[in-house]
Amino acid sequence: MDIFIQQVINGLTTGSVYALVALGYTMVYGVIQLINFAHGEVVMIGAMVAFSVITALAGTASPLPPAVILLAGVAAAIPACMAIGYLLERVAYRPLRHAPRLAPLITAIGMSIILQHLALLVWSRNPLAFPQIVDNPVFSIGGAAITGVQIAIILLSVVLMALLTWFVYRTRFGIAIRATAENVHVASLMGVDANRVIAATFIIAAALAAVAGVMVGTYYGITHYTMGFMLGLKAFSAAVLGGIGNLAGAMLGGILLGLVEALGAGYIGELTDMCKWPLMKEVVAERCAADGHLVLMGSNYQDVFAFLVLIAVLVFRPSGLLGERVSERA
Amino acid sequence: MRFPVKTISLAVVSALLVFGCGKEAPKQQAAAPQTPAAPPPLMVVKIGHVGPLTGGIAHLGKDNENGALLAIDEANAAGISLDGKKVTFELVREDDQADPKIGNTVAQKLVDAKVVGVVGHLNSGTTIPASSIYNQAGLPMISGSATNPALTQQGFKNVFRVVGRDDQQGPAVADYLIGQFKPKTAAVIDDATPYGEGLANEVEKKLKEAGVKVLPREKGTDKTIDWKAVLTKIKGKKPDVVFYGGMDATGGPLLKQARELKIAATFSFGDGGCTDKMAELAGAAAEGMVCSQAGIPVQAAGRKFLDGYKAAFKIDPILYAPFTYDATHLLIAAMKKADSSDPAKYLPVLATISHDGASGNIQFDDKGDRKDAEMTIFAMKGGKIAPIAIIKSGKSMTVDEYASAGAAAQPAAAPAAMSGMGGMAGAPAEKK
Amino acid sequence: MNLRDKQPALYWCGVALVAIALIALPLVLTLVGTAWVRITNLAILFIFLALGLNIVVGFAGLLDLGYIAFYAVGAYVYALLASPHFGLHLPFWIILPIGAFFACVAGALLGAPTLRLRGDYLAIVTLGFGEIVRILVNNLSSPFNITNGPKGITRIDPFRIGELEFYNSDTWMGILFTGPAKYYYILLLILMAVIVINLRLQQSRIGRAWVAIREDEIAAKSCGINTRNVKLLAFAMGASFGGIAGGMFSAIQGFVSPESFILHESIMVLSMVVLGGMGNVWGVIAGALLLSFVPELLRYTVEPAQQALFGRMLIDPEVLRMLIFGAALVLTMRFRPAGLWPESRHRQEFSGEHRS
Repeated sequence: MDIFIQQVINGLTTGSVYALVALGYTMVYGVIQLINFAHGEVVMIGAMVAFSVITALAGTASPLPPAVILLAGVAAAIPACMAIGYLLERVAYRPLRHAPRLAPLITAIGMSIILQHLALLVWSRNPLAFPQIVDNPVFSIGGAAITGVQIAIILLSVVLMALLTWFVYRTRFGIAIRATAENVHVASLMGVDANRVIAATFIIAAALAAVAGVMVGTYYGITHYTMGFMLGLKAFSAAVLGGIGNLAGAMLGGILLGLVEALGAGYIGELTDMCKWPLMKEVVAERCAADGHLVLMGSNYQDVFAFLVLIAVLVFRPSGLLGERVSERA
Repeated sequence: MRFPVKTISLAVVSALLVFGCGKEAPKQQAAAPQTPAAPPPLMVVKIGHVGPLTGGIAHLGKDNENGALLAIDEANAAGISLDGKKVTFELVREDDQADPKIGNTVAQKLVDAKVVGVVGHLNSGTTIPASSIYNQAGLPMISGSATNPALTQQGFKNVFRVVGRDDQQGPAVADYLIGQFKPKTAAVIDDATPYGEGLANEVEKKLKEAGVKVLPREKGTDKTIDWKAVLTKIKGKKPDVVFYGGMDATGGPLLKQARELKIAATFSFGDGGCTDKMAELAGAAAEGMVCSQAGIPVQAAGRKFLDGYKAAFKIDPILYAPFTYDATHLLIAAMKKADSSDPAKYLPVLATISHDGASGNIQFDDKGDRKDAEMTIFAMKGGKIAPIAIIKSGKSMTVDEYASAGAAAQPAAAPAAMSGMGGMAGAPAEKK
Repeated sequence: MNLRDKQPALYWCGVALVAIALIALPLVLTLVGTAWVRITNLAILFIFLALGLNIVVGFAGLLDLGYIAFYAVGAYVYALLASPHFGLHLPFWIILPIGAFFACVAGALLGAPTLRLRGDYLAIVTLGFGEIVRILVNNLSSPFNITNGPKGITRIDPFRIGELEFYNSDTWMGILFTGPAKYYYILLLILMAVIVINLRLQQSRIGRAWVAIREDEIAAKSCGINTRNVKLLAFAMGASFGGIAGGMFSAIQGFVSPESFILHESIMVLSMVVLGGMGNVWGVIAGALLLSFVPELLRYTVEPAQQALFGRMLIDPEVLRMLIFGAALVLTMRFRPAGLWPESRHRQEFSGEHRS
């Protein structure tokens, strides 16, 4: 049982990060019905900028307390990512808003490649060790271990999601965003500056991505210029799972995907151990006698789960778990 | 409208192709005329070297190239005559970007450039396909770093390596684990790369032979940084030792997360995870980890090589430079013995040669593998990896014992001279 | 009016000149260095891939980011049926169609569940599919060894017709034909066939149906086009070209491993199609040649240029290549969205604003 609890904790942590990144996809999709393919790279840039700031501040034997250094890293990463988000909107999306749908997608792929390789030039192609400055105490819950960083990630995600929800549903600007998402033309007629709203959406999404980037860096202790890509894809899958364009859906999808991955990687090996299958037992008896195990699919398929979830959702319930929007246009 | 488009496109096609070769022609010719133009008493003998000079492991490729270059310079300084002619050796350097496609192209370039032998490539993934091109051209090749057993199992007479195979390195680290920790249960994880999986397979085989219970293999990728799910599963089975076949970039997070999960087992790694970077990535969790490197530690390499390398390149060798250095010297020694730079004449000599190099005495077995290749075991102490044992012919000895045993002929650097490893800190070795 | 009707003599002269140039090319290149024949062969393989992807992306307007998976399927089918791995050594003219068939099935498998999706969704799902295929190939070495995992498959048989070995050098009529040169001729032959098939396809009923779907799926449907079948066909046909290219890649390299089929390769092929001109066969060929030879040129120009200018290497040619690919995608879409050599119909589509 403690193993199961442990896997749930693991899943919740990665799921929280997925959820934050998924929110970015879902918000942008909401207003322009396009996937911001380069969103994962924004996460990476966030982690990289925070890495540089934290390394610089922590390296000088400064009297600053670790928490302040970490906050400084986040404080630097957020505006940097916001600038990248704005740049993406201006370069990749705004000029092509009326082009065929393939065009902005291809541009975004191009931007993603460019951002990755610019990051490579700035921060080197080697994996960078994220300075581990904050104490990371390990607590025990029912035999399972949970670290301080994990608790912080989960709590911070919840706070940020609550803030975002308040912003979108309770503020004037949030109403403008929702109006634009509903119908750009009508919103424009009602006096909403659609360009401003769309740019703002990109910027908010990028800010969330920056925080997610710092979380990933602190949690795993490593950053690399390719780290954003897979993370972005998984977060996108999470957004689709929850129902793209739906904030609550992105959060739910993120958490669910995190759990699916952790539990999947944890248990698929035992489930596909053919020595335990009543029907296969006889067929593979020889191999089982030699080894005791004959695992068909192990943790090596961990990265496949996100894609399988994605395909399954799109085939069986294209609007996602909570989505009300029918994805005819997608 | 049909015709113009067609002609223009074809014209562009042809123009591009012509442009492509036109661009290249001067370069090729610049390199080529030296052989025929040399008057009889002087002869230029070209030896090829291939390694990745761009891309993720460019620093390792450069290190290999430096090793070969040093050997060439030494041979030229010594003044060697073959068949009555004074010989100048020249190193033709190529970049394979660690990509098998490009590896084949540059192999062909070396054949075109009429080299008489090749040192390289660095990765097994590029060395194996390229070896058949060299085989066809009858060129001897010696790799200083390709550890995949399949390389010498192809039955090519021209293929050699001076570094230990995966199935020599794997058993060494497994033997050490068995001897030191007497494990009952072991977990083996790999990163699903040719290197990581190959090594993990060999470790698992050896552990099983010794009666250790090995859990079903867990795998990540060469980019996996979240190992918690896998480690949690392993934690439930309470292994005594864990072996990870993979690089430091993934091994560091693995080690860190294992300690966060309170897994008490001893963690061990192959040479990909045998760097100081592990301490940076895993912090205090890295302390006490065990790892192995194929061959002898750079510090134990011959003093002559170490001094020469430092003098020539102003830096310390990183990883496989002693092996490419030896490989180059081997080619030259075989030519000297055969008194010819004709591959057909010196190849049989090379197969039976015995040579004392920077990495100890080298002889090849009938497959072209090195007989009795040494392996070194390291442990993490105070954030640095330190050699604790050298394993040769199944026997374990300390670095000092090895040096005084005179295997390297020259007194080896004291273990205190760890600076060479400093260079490795930022150098994750990638899939060899 | 075209030149063939107006001045047939001039036209056929031109054709003959081009034909002679193409036939003489490997012999000339061999003089410079056999390596350049190999590079040309790889470029031709990329033309196959780009033309195959062009069917899906250019003709039918379905963005496929996992195209390299079909290349992998073809390459592995060839490797498994003609290497000591399973001890099978079938001749290539049997394997290539089998490879094409398997790739075709894989294409249909991918197409079937994703037919309802368009644009961005499809792009991500195909990307996922490409990754799944690569992960499968990488992991199907246990518990039963099918693909030999990350180590790849070595000693794959070269092409062989009776006594004629494509691997060795031969001298005929006093002219030396190296292995790569012989492969060049067979690649050229297949390339001609592929180009003809593509041109005919474009003009055919199916080709026009693809364009109709690309332009407006709902309108196409109401015109009586069975959009499901026609889209499936695009996937299947595109995939089978990839499968054939993969088989030839296997034979020429003599070695395959999963690392040859990463996402970068898909993006590179996509760049070729986009840069050259989606939907235009000649444009795509030009795009493929351009992007195949640019990296080679970079290798010889970037390093000396940087050494001369800055005294050291600041940007690896490899990084520069990726930056150029990225910039090519962005700038093409921004300033020449129909590609450098656009297809006439596409040009109209991308210049007009008939979508909001």
